[in-house]
Amino acid sequence: MDRILFGDNQFFGVNHLSEEKSRAQSERFRDTGKIIEVLDFVYEAGLRTFMCTTHDRIEEVCNHIRENKNRYTGFRIYPCLPYGHKYNNAVAELGLFGAVKKMLPGNLIGSIARGGAAVAQGNYISMMKMLIDAELKMFRGIETGVIFLQNIVTDLLLGMGMTDFLGAFHDYVKKEYKVEAGFISMNFPKLLPELEKCGIKNPIICTSINKIGFRMPGGLHLYEDLAAQGRCRLIAMQSLAAGAIKPEEAMVYVCRQHGIQSILFGASTRDHILETKSLIDKFSCQ
Amino acid sequence: MIRVGIAGLGRMGVSHFAIANSHPSAKVVSICEPAAFVRKALERHAHVKCFKHYEDMVEKESLDAIFITTPTRYHYPMTRLAIENGLHVFVEKPFCLNPQEGQELVKLATEKGIVNQVGYHSRFLGTFREAKRLIGSRKSGDVYHVLGEVYGPVVLREAKKTWRTEPTKGGGCLYDYAAHIINLMQFLNGPIKYVSGSVLQNIYSKEVDDAVFSSIQFENGATGQIRANWSEDTYRKFTAQVTVFGKFGKIRVDAQELHVFFKQSLEKDSYCSGWNTRWLTDLSPGVGFYLRGEEYSLQVDYFLRAIKNGTRNNTNSFAAAHDTDKVISLIKADADGRTG
Repeated sequence: MDRILFGDNQFFGVNHLSEEKSRAQSERFRDTGKIIEVLDFVYEAGLRTFMCTTHDRIEEVCNHIRENKNRYTGFRIYPCLPYGHKYNNAVAELGLFGAVKKMLPGNLIGSIARGGAAVAQGNYISMMKMLIDAELKMFRGIETGVIFLQNIVTDLLLGMGMTDFLGAFHDYVKKEYKVEAGFISMNFPKLLPELEKCGIKNPIICTSINKIGFRMPGGLHLYEDLAAQGRCRLIAMQSLAAGAIKPEEAMVYVCRQHGIQSILFGASTRDHILETKSLIDKFSCQ
Repeated sequence: MIRVGIAGLGRMGVSHFAIANSHPSAKVVSICEPAAFVRKALERHAHVKCFKHYEDMVEKESLDAIFITTPTRYHYPMTRLAIENGLHVFVEKPFCLNPQEGQELVKLATEKGIVNQVGYHSRFLGTFREAKRLIGSRKSGDVYHVLGEVYGPVVLREAKKTWRTEPTKGGGCLYDYAAHIINLMQFLNGPIKYVSGSVLQNIYSKEVDDAVFSSIQFENGATGQIRANWSEDTYRKFTAQVTVFGKFGKIRVDAQELHVFFKQSLEKDSYCSGWNTRWLTDLSPGVGFYLRGEEYSLQVDYFLRAIKNGTRNNTNSFAAAHDTDKVISLIKADADGRTG
């Protein structure tokens, strides 16, 4: 994994600090061309990994990358699935069962038959695999490398003690897609031992890590201790604590922590991308 | 260890399950759910005892506490049975469709001395709690108007029928969205006495309201307005915001930000005169397990701690939620009077 991963929240109006900023961002990125423009800055700046949700509009980004392969040599996308809102709305409207049926890949007759049988027999792991396939279709022909499970699903399964699905996700992604599986989580200290119990060695975990301990259940020191033990490949997200920490101060902290392999950040402008990259480069070398 | 049961595994049921089960003092041991598809999944993969019938779970399992996360019309009979069996009860909002039933449950819960709580999670958000503290620090009677708004994208087209689209089952924007903002306005500025000029408006739904507008009067003399609309495409998710107008200045608060204008700062305040901004990051306590916002974890922790410590709270008691139900009824009657 690269030291710096570029994220996608800013493209879809996700802003944890301000509704107004969120509105402005969704206006700015109404047109997928604007997203691609930013990704071009990212590529120019020398960053090579884009970590993103399986939002419908990412499909358009994928099409663009496929059609212009030569311009994006070495560029990788790390998909994070599932895209939560899609399921959330479906569950509210159709119930859990209805939502699963709706999300199964309905345009392939074979998979309807397979999906129908899996649903009828209550083979939940098979259903999960089909949902993964459905979500990943948009990335065909694109270099991935790591496929992540979104935090809402990781943490729900973790909390409910249904960790066999986490193990099954890991094994399926490795076997079928020949890439690594990653887990986004807001509960790193609880997750790590559970993944180890599932037999996953040195798992890839993406979690909030920032100087003020924002959204770090268990507290800053526990995170620091666990990170330093080197039992996993750790990606720090929310390093700026939703903007509560100044960029320089934020990056000094995460760059100097032991055991953090990569840092995920998102930005909307060329200046911000360059500034954050140079901060990470500078403090990572010291 | 507090032995917890969950009744109804929809979105809120699943969320409470994960949060309560991760709590150091509790373990979810059984669930009740009509859908066999869901029961089978939890039996096999979450290793909890699963019941089809609620009575069986409440009467046969030795539970300490229960989360009732079923459609609203079932809240009354299910809560009643749980209290009669001596369980501590957390029930989702709104509390009851009929305020008389809510009143009965308030009385019963008090008699039995159980911990009782309703899931108005916004009361646990750091920004709203700080707004309440600031209002409390000023002279009482200083607040003269409260504007409560809640918007979100729930019904954006003519939708398929579910319990949320049926008025007798507790569907509609009034029960689902407006309830939240009424409850928050009561949290910030006390009981509401009158409502007038209420409108329940259909936008896409045929049988239920998609928007609610109403003028209110608080017991302390302040006036207020409620604007709720769940057919609002411009919001990515549920968004509640309250603006408090007072002789001291103004407070505008949502889940993420708190903007305060004080004409004069008090000595004990860390707020200057003029505009001040605070963010959730400054105001939110950490949680033991994070799923979807601190407030969801904090409310469950609050409930479980009250059980463990034997305290009888609380911030979000049946009584407080019953007050909200009463205002919902007032708005319905007021709107019916107009249209009928």
